[in-house]
This record gives sequence, structure tokens and C-alpha cells, in this order.
Amino acid sequence: MARTLTINGEQKSFDAPPEMPLLWVLRDILGLTGTKFGCGIAQCGACTVHVDGKPVRSCVLSVGALQGRAITTIEGVGATEAGARAQKAWLDLEVIQCGYCQSGQIMAAAALLMTTQDPDDSDIDAAMAGNICRCGTYVRIRAAVKQAASGQKS
Amino acid sequence: MTVTAQLSDVSRRSVLAGALTSSFLFAFHLPVRAVNELAEPPNSTDRKFAPNAFIRIDREGHITLVMPQAEMGQGIYTGVAMILAEELDADFKQVALQHAPPDEKLYTNPLLGVQATGGSTSVRAFWTPLRKAGATARAMLVQAAAEQWQVSPKSCSVTNGVVTHNESGRKLGYSELVDAAGKLAPPKDVALKDPKDFVLIGKPLKRLDTPDKVNGKTIYGIDAMLPDMKFATLAQCPVLGGKVATVDDSAAKKVPGVRNIVVLDDLVAVVGDHMWAAKRGLAALTITWDEGPNARISSKDIWADLRVASEKDGVIAKSVGDVSKALAAGQRFDASYEMPFLAHATMEPLNCTVHVTPNSCDVWAGTQIIARARSIAAQAAGLSEDRVTIHQHLIGGGFGRRLEVDMIATAVRIGSKVDGPVKVVWTREEDIQHDIYRPVYRDNVSATVSGGKIVALKYRVTGSSVLARWLPPAFQKGIDIDAVDSAVDTPYSIPNFQVEYVRAEPPAVQTGFWRGVGPNNNVFAIESFMDEVARKTGKDPIAFRRGMLDRTPRIQHVLDLVAEKSGWNRPLPPRVGRGVSLQPTFNTSIAMVVEAEVDPMGDVRVRQVTIAVDCGIVVNPDLVVAQLEGGMIFGLTAALYGDITVDKGRIQQSNFHDYRMMRIDQAPKINVHLVKSGEAPGGLGEAGVVGGPPALRNAIYAVTGVALRRLPIDRRLIAEKRS
Repeated sequence: MARTLTINGEQKSFDAPPEMPLLWVLRDILGLTGTKFGCGIAQCGACTVHVDGKPVRSCVLSVGALQGRAITTIEGVGATEAGARAQKAWLDLEVIQCGYCQSGQIMAAAALLMTTQDPDDSDIDAAMAGNICRCGTYVRIRAAVKQAASGQKS
Repeated sequence: MTVTAQLSDVSRRSVLAGALTSSFLFAFHLPVRAVNELAEPPNSTDRKFAPNAFIRIDREGHITLVMPQAEMGQGIYTGVAMILAEELDADFKQVALQHAPPDEKLYTNPLLGVQATGGSTSVRAFWTPLRKAGATARAMLVQAAAEQWQVSPKSCSVTNGVVTHNESGRKLGYSELVDAAGKLAPPKDVALKDPKDFVLIGKPLKRLDTPDKVNGKTIYGIDAMLPDMKFATLAQCPVLGGKVATVDDSAAKKVPGVRNIVVLDDLVAVVGDHMWAAKRGLAALTITWDEGPNARISSKDIWADLRVASEKDGVIAKSVGDVSKALAAGQRFDASYEMPFLAHATMEPLNCTVHVTPNSCDVWAGTQIIARARSIAAQAAGLSEDRVTIHQHLIGGGFGRRLEVDMIATAVRIGSKVDGPVKVVWTREEDIQHDIYRPVYRDNVSATVSGGKIVALKYRVTGSSVLARWLPPAFQKGIDIDAVDSAVDTPYSIPNFQVEYVRAEPPAVQTGFWRGVGPNNNVFAIESFMDEVARKTGKDPIAFRRGMLDRTPRIQHVLDLVAEKSGWNRPLPPRVGRGVSLQPTFNTSIAMVVEAEVDPMGDVRVRQVTIAVDCGIVVNPDLVVAQLEGGMIFGLTAALYGDITVDKGRIQQSNFHDYRMMRIDQAPKINVHLVKSGEAPGGLGEAGVVGGPPALRNAIYAVTGVALRRLPIDRRLIAEKRS
């Protein structure tokens, strides 16, 4: 079934059944492979994207429910102020190791920064605990979120 | 960094076909050439200065460094590039990187004897070869300049790839010297830099692989996209080793987007237009399995067998003094420790993309063992190795899982039944239930104490030999040198000391390397035991250890440092304890203190970790700290949660809800203190994992007095007893 979604500000048209998760549309049909498959059951956060600025797990989100919503992926989040600050802080503090989970981590962090001026540790725990990092970069993720937030204020 | 290389033949055909998806196109525009696509084979050195396997310089001055080790997050591409560029005196900002192709002659890891990345060996194995490669190339380029100027090479210096004649100030860039240098014979014993002259090594330079990891541009194996590619996922028998009996695919064939159903003797794969179609198709199949002989196997029986096996004498791997005699006198202590099966659970699930034709086989994957990957692909495709091309990718987590090539063989077997390219992706459930698991181990320890010191210690490891399967020539005289690593080379001075190994292979469950490898088991057992003996003899755990380290000054020093930095003697709140561990692993000396809180329900919270490390010369201190931080989380995750169990021949865990990972809200503060050292570099990638579990276990022991002897930590044993 033909549908059109707004992804990173662009209209994208494709054929997919309504119950198909957004993750596989992004990756396998549209070739936007920055969004990662990790678990398929919303346990790891690797597939996190924004729908109208809110973080969602695209592996369990059917495309049928997304008509008229604004979808942002890791490929487009740098165009938002919060996303750009997160990306910069991630590089400044050299957060990343294998990097496979980091698309999801940055999307979760950017969503937090959009709603919370000055996140404290408990805000970061609440926003980021859904995102597993097997390389164990959590210490630096926490520092990078804080740095990105403090950059926001200046 | 710039892109210099050509596309491989297959890729070039794809480009000409003009049917690229946007992400495929990305692959050719990335600054780190090597990251995404096998480019021009490094052994093709046409029009380039190519003095050895690692360095290519073209007439435009582009410097390409060939990476002999796989990048899976540990930062080795940056480390290797720093070592090469240091001795080459190249401009580090201008280098491009390329994955090494499969070539056991050029790129074998000298410490492992195969072209593989593992065992915390990368820097240890390649430190000297890379320095020599850089210095040799530099010497040839300087020689070429000196000949042109008719001066002595000694009167020239190099900065950022430009040779200067010091007296006259004349300059020639490496690009201008490529042809002349290429005609020179490489010098034999070229002088290496004095470490005090290093300009790159020792600095926290930025990683070369991370800029494309913040914006989704990095193409991991699972992201490979090819024109007209299909997507597949698979089901293997839930009972380990079982086979397919019957398949009813009538419903699956009706699922929109399903193109093909591949039935092999041990698995069924559904091929579709995308992963969703493949997954739905798989769910619509009715498969009956021939469960085979393993359907009765359970963890309970595996443990019963292991315990029986551990009571036999083992092969002696190390013997000092007379243990039998010394164990007969003095205050005696005995304990046994047990370690569970563990899955790797790399964040990038197992996957492999293949394109098999009657006379070629292309494989896209991230592998830690590329030559073996080519060999197994050739075998599975029924082709000779020269017909196989492996397109290496950056790896979304290895941890030893990608030292195996089962996923390559499986994908090629499926791909042989499919027209055109197919990406095979394991679901997380298949990934966890058909892993090659870290073995279960049992460690029996006996010791006697006299005068406040251990005077006799007998340590017997019982468990699977991964090495005997993975690298048979390394398994000599019945001893698995990995399984006894960090036991035979204990840092403690013990006059009567014996290490034994009993090989005991569990039925059905395949065993493999898991980050931290043998030392994970041995350091846990030995360091737990040290704490038990210290406590029972009324000694402080650090003071007790300190009294037996007279042979190992580097360990002594990191232990003193960690005692100071952790505030070992500072008072703690109720229910909080500190635990220490030390390890001599991978030529790196580490001591650490874990501070943990145990609540009345037995829930454990790790508050902070202090690590002191002497890893010899540090190539990049920020990479060292990152490996220790990450390794700590990896080890603590296993200590708190890691437990793969078997029932009726089936692995009982399947995804992150029942195979838990530590998350950010549980992660402790981690403080790392590096010791300045001029010794040869030690290993870090595995090392960081090892000490956390025993130090945490010892912190819990300090709080509760409960001597835990099994991982993962069983909260029921440390919860307050209700009266």
C-alpha cells in the first residue's frame, strides 16, 4: 500500500503494509541505515527516532499510525539545535566505542535536551535508561548530556 | 582525510549498473575510506610508494594506512594509525585508513599466529612491526630527498610529511619523493624513535572512526545495501544441534513480500523484500524439528558432570615447590568457584550479506578473523578462495563472537539458494539462543597459611578448552594456555604453588572466547579466595595481598595507588563496602577497588570504581581510559546478571528482558589512574573486564560476610534473613 511520510523534513513515498514497523521501512526500503536494529522488542533503544520531537522505539511502531507526523532520524537530527549539540558533545568527550547503539543514544539525548534545559542525574537516568550500550560508555554519555545542556545555556 | 582508492570489481559493476540506494552511495563518500568498503587491495601498489604491508603513499601525497586489526569499538584504528604516523612523521590529520584484506602472509597477528583480532594483543603484537614499518618508510623517503640534494640523510629532518635539509632549508614533500623512494631497497635495521621524542604517541588524540558514528553514516555489516538485494532471517532448531524434520510453508508463501523459503538440514530461512516480510514469513511457517540426542540436556546435569570432573587430578600447568607436602601442614582453606555460560550479545546482531554466483562469492560483514572468513565462505560456496571477496566493515561489537565464522558459513549456504545478493540478519532471539558461549568453569582452590602468608596454593581449573577447537596447534600437552592464563602467572609469591587444568567439554553447548577470556575465570576465583583467606586470618584484604607481592613491583605499585586513590581506609556508610582485586593480565598490571551498597533485599548498587593501571607505554591515554571504563561495565554486567542456562537442550534466555544488561541508571562512577611507564605496551581490551566482578564480590563480602562463590551474584544469598 502506497504511503507518504515526512522524514527529516522530506516527503518520502513507499509501499508498505500499515502494521510494518517504521524501523524496517527506514532501513530496508528507504536505505536510512543509521537507525539500528538491536532487539525488536523495544528493550534496547538502538532504533530510537523522534516522532514530533518525542523519542520512540521504531522497531515496534507501525507506519500506519504515522501519517502527518514529523519523523526525525539520526541522519536528520543534526539539523535540530539539540541534536547538533548532542553530536558535538559526543565527539568532544569521545563517548563512542563501537558506535552501534549511539544513534539511539544521541536521539534519546537530543529529545531530553529539547524538553529539559538543565537535566540532572535523575533526568538523565529516566531519559537514557532505555538505551543499552554494550561497550559500556555510560559514564561518558552522562557527561556528554550535561555538556550539551550547558552549551545550550551559553 | 581523503579517499584515494578504487572500487573493487564487484562494487564497480554495481556502480555502473547505476542502481544505487542512497545509503550505498554513502559508502563511497566517507572520509575514512576503509570504514565501509573494501577498496583497492593493499597489495596492489601501482604508482605508489609501498615499502611494506602497512603504508601506501601516492604522488598526490595521500597517505593510506592499512589496518591489520579489526575495529570493533576498542579504538585500534586510531592506535595503529598513531603508531605508524609517529615513526613515519606523517601529518596525522591527512592519513586515510583501509581495512587489510585477508592475507595471512602480510597481516597475521604475530602473537596469535592467525590473522585475527583478540586477546588484547593488537598493540602488543603490532607495536614493533608498525614502528619499524613507519621508520623504514621514513628512512627511504629521507634517503630519496638526501640523494636529490646530494647531502647526508642525517642532515635532514621531517615534520608532517615534509623533509627539510636543515642547513639550507630546502624542502621536499613525501608526494614528491614517491618515485625515487620506491626505487630504493628498504634498510634493514632502521633506528626507532626514542620515546621522549614521540609527538603523537602518548597524546589523547581524537578517534578517526567516531565522526561518522554520530550521524548514522557509518556502514556496519548489517547496513550493507546492494542493488536488488533481498533480506532474510532464519530459524534454527531450538534444541542445540537439532535438525529440520518437516516444513509447511503454505501460509508463509502468502505473506506479502516473501520471495523464497530456504530449507537446509539444520535451519529454515525466509527471504523477502525486507526484514519485516522475512520475519512475518518465518512466523507463518510450521516447522517440526528432529531434536536429536540433546533434547534431554540441562544445566543441572552439566554442572553435576563438571563437579565430578573437577575432583580428578588435572594436567599440571605450573608447579613450584612441593604443594602436596606444604598443604598437609598449617592452617588450611578450601573453596570452589563456579562461572556460568555467557552469551556475547553484541549490539549489532549477527548478520552477513552475501552474493553467491556459480563462480564468485562476495561477503559483506564485520569480522575479527577475515582470512578464516574467506576460507569458510569458499568452503560453503564450493569455490576456491580466490573466487571469494570479503568486504570488511566496522564492527558493532565483537567481544569474541566475531572470532567465529559460523554466521558467514550460514549466510553463504542460504545465499547459494538465492538469486542475487541477500542480507541475512539473525533476530536477537536467534543470536542469543545460538551463540558460541563462554564456557562454564569450576575452580577448586586449596591453600595453607603460615606467618600471615599463603605458603601453599593448589589451583585447579576445570572447563572447556576453547583453544583446542579454535587454534588446535596451541593446545599442547593437554593444557589450554588461555584457560590457565593469570593463574600460572600469578603475581603472588607463593613458595609451593600448583596450577592444574582439567578439560571438560559440556555436551551440546558450543564454547568460544568471550571478552576477558580465561583470566575472567581465574582472577575471579583467585581474588575471591584471597579475600576469604584474609578475612579468616584477620587481615585487611589489601595488606594481606601486599605482603605477597615482593616479585611484582608493578602490581605492588598499582595496588598502593588504588588504596590511596580509593580512600581505602576512609569510613563508609552502613551497608556499603569496598572490595579490591588485582590482575597481571595481558602484560598489564591493574588493581581496582569497587564500592558497593547491598540493600536488605539483596539488591546491589555499585557506587564507584577506582582503577589503577600500569599498561606500559600508553599509545593514547583516552583510549586506555575508555577501554577500562567500558570493560568495567561489561564485567559488572556479567557479575550482576549474566547467566545462560539450558533446559531440555534449549537455551532459556532469548533477548534483553531475560538476558539483562547494565543500564545507565545502574552504572557507577569510574575513576582511572594511569601509571607512567616506559615498559612495552600491555593489552587493554580484554583486561578491563576482568577485575570488576571479583572486586564487586569482595565488596559484597565486606558488607554481608557472605562468601559468594558463583556468578552471577545471587541476591537471595545476600538478602537479610527474615527471622
